[in-house]
Amino acid sequence: MRLPLSDLELGETAVIENVALPEAERQLLMRFGFFDGAEVRCSRRAPLGDPVVYSVDGSEVALRTETACRIFASPVDDKATREQKG
Amino acid sequence: MNPLLQIVASSTTRSQQQIRNVALIGPPNSGKTTLFNRLTNLRQKVGNYPGITVEQHTGVMALPGQEITIVDLPGVYGLNPYSEDERVAVNVLNGNMDGVPRPEAVLLVLDATNLTRHLSLAAPVIALGLPTLALLNMGDLLTRRSGSIDAVKLAGDLGIPVAIVSATMGTGLEAVGRFLECANSPIKTTLPIVQDVRECRKWAARVASESDYRPPLPPTWSRRLDDILLHKVWGPLVFMIVVGAVFQTVFGLGQPLSNALQDLLTDMGQKAAPFIANGFLRSLLLDGIWKGVTSVLVFLPQILVLFLFIGLLEDSGYLARAALIADRTMSFVGLNGKAFIPLLSAYSCAVPAIMASRTIENKRDRLATILIAPFMTCSARLPIYTLLIAAFIPERPVVGPFLGSRALAMLLLYVLGFVAAIGTAKMLKSSVLKSMPAPFVLELPEYRCPTLRSVGLRLMDRGRVFVQQAGTVILLVSLLVWGLTNLPLHQCQPPELEDSVVAHLGHLIEPAIRPLGFNWKIGVGLLTSVVAREVIVGTLGTLYGRDPQTRSVSLQSALQHDLTFSGAMALLVFFAFAMQCTSTLAVVRRETNSWMWPAIQFFYMTGVAFLAALVVHETLSVLN
Repeated sequence: MRLPLSDLELGETAVIENVALPEAERQLLMRFGFFDGAEVRCSRRAPLGDPVVYSVDGSEVALRTETACRIFASPVDDKATREQKG
Repeated sequence: MNPLLQIVASSTTRSQQQIRNVALIGPPNSGKTTLFNRLTNLRQKVGNYPGITVEQHTGVMALPGQEITIVDLPGVYGLNPYSEDERVAVNVLNGNMDGVPRPEAVLLVLDATNLTRHLSLAAPVIALGLPTLALLNMGDLLTRRSGSIDAVKLAGDLGIPVAIVSATMGTGLEAVGRFLECANSPIKTTLPIVQDVRECRKWAARVASESDYRPPLPPTWSRRLDDILLHKVWGPLVFMIVVGAVFQTVFGLGQPLSNALQDLLTDMGQKAAPFIANGFLRSLLLDGIWKGVTSVLVFLPQILVLFLFIGLLEDSGYLARAALIADRTMSFVGLNGKAFIPLLSAYSCAVPAIMASRTIENKRDRLATILIAPFMTCSARLPIYTLLIAAFIPERPVVGPFLGSRALAMLLLYVLGFVAAIGTAKMLKSSVLKSMPAPFVLELPEYRCPTLRSVGLRLMDRGRVFVQQAGTVILLVSLLVWGLTNLPLHQCQPPELEDSVVAHLGHLIEPAIRPLGFNWKIGVGLLTSVVAREVIVGTLGTLYGRDPQTRSVSLQSALQHDLTFSGAMALLVFFAFAMQCTSTLAVVRRETNSWMWPAIQFFYMTGVAFLAALVVHETLSVLN
């Protein structure tokens, strides 16, 4: 199931499948670790709900919903990930 | 082998060439600036690259027997020319930047606790073929949080020497000197196509894992602090307390310090007076130069207090959280959260506020912030506000004992400035400064304890830039105004004020300001207060003091006799909007590196002020 990053629940992890943004923005986001195949966790929301902070590549990066809604990812079943890694 | 991999062709070794110029490059938040300060021991120069707004920092590093110039490049994640900062870095490294010699070696700073991500900058830098030393900064943090890296393996993979350092602690830095003594070009190694960010990322991940990189454990402290500081309820509460404290301190501590400095400097001028021959020279030195210079210097305490706060907030990592909390609100006017602190500090003084706008990376957002900042009610407006309100608005309780009519008038003037700022921002952001959809990406760095050294350095840096840059411009303008009050000469004597060029100018603009209810004296005040808003009070004092009719009364009652109520209100509104501040214009010129923006800002704000004052005067005249 593919959904935009902005739809992730708090604490949910997903693997990015497609960054549907213009090239310059894609490049910028890639520098922060948002690229196809990267694992992203929705770690917290700003007090007013937007932007949302994502854990990506060991750092915490905040994106506005307007950006996050154009990054598509498939959620990872947490249990499955743990088994894979373990 | 992956066809996308290429071989770096750089067989020429440069071991014999002496190194004089070195470039320091690294991603934002890699501790590059701290390292730069360490290496140069404060022997630095700040300027602008020609033609653009990017700041150029150069410093001198002393090695036994020679001195090396270090250029601190802007923090970049890559070398693709997407942003102005990256273009600057590329141009300097390729020797295509006017006035900056091509560096013979590169120091590449990477955050050891974030190595997988930061390593992707290594590929394009190594590909340049210059002798390069990779400095894995924050090595102490990596170890403390149980991470590790095999530096020897990493050096083998990258084909360049690698040193683990800590810029904050000052450890491991002797490697820089050793490297610069006998720097070699990178050994041939496989690198990805450097234009392809994704390939660089993959390559970085592979290199990191081959070098046995174990990332540090997540910073539990930071996460726990964020649980509070970004909490739904506590987050905004702490935010408001912090904001209140900044506002209160800049106002409550900076203002008295500014006043004390003003008294001290005036006193010094008066003490020096007897030692200078009376006449032309004394007038030039004291009224011209000294007054001009001191009118700038008095802003220094406020600037230093504000930057002390910004330094503490930024170095501790809280500024990024504040931007996150404020972003939602700021987005309503088309700006992002990073514009919040500059606009807040503009309530004290637009000069430091405009300097603080550097934390906004998006050029258009930064420009919009710079353009609206002077609308916020700065402390230089208070003298004229207080004078006119006291003279024309009778004190009456409005909201019981809590709010009187005078305080309400003051509050309304604050609101007026704020509304003008927001309206202008909205207008700019939906037209000329409409951003290309540059997404708001904000990295939340780990919380760190700010060091005295780095905060102190920042204060020195900002203070020096302010005194140097704004000081030279305001000095020239003050000299000009002084010259105009002393011309034309009659038998080698300066004229009476009424016969001076300034008075003629006052009469000249009188027809333009009469519809606002102002007379020629106010006109002269408007002219001189272009230097600084509070100057109008002094100018009016001098003018009414020379007038035989008002000589013996206070300025307040002189104004009551000479101005109508509607004219006084129009003058208040005029000052709420008008751009009467050379220091601000000088700083805007410096920060935007163009005369166009300060010119537009000046005419726009003065235009708005004129129209608003006209409307107020007409309306009140009709009502009366």
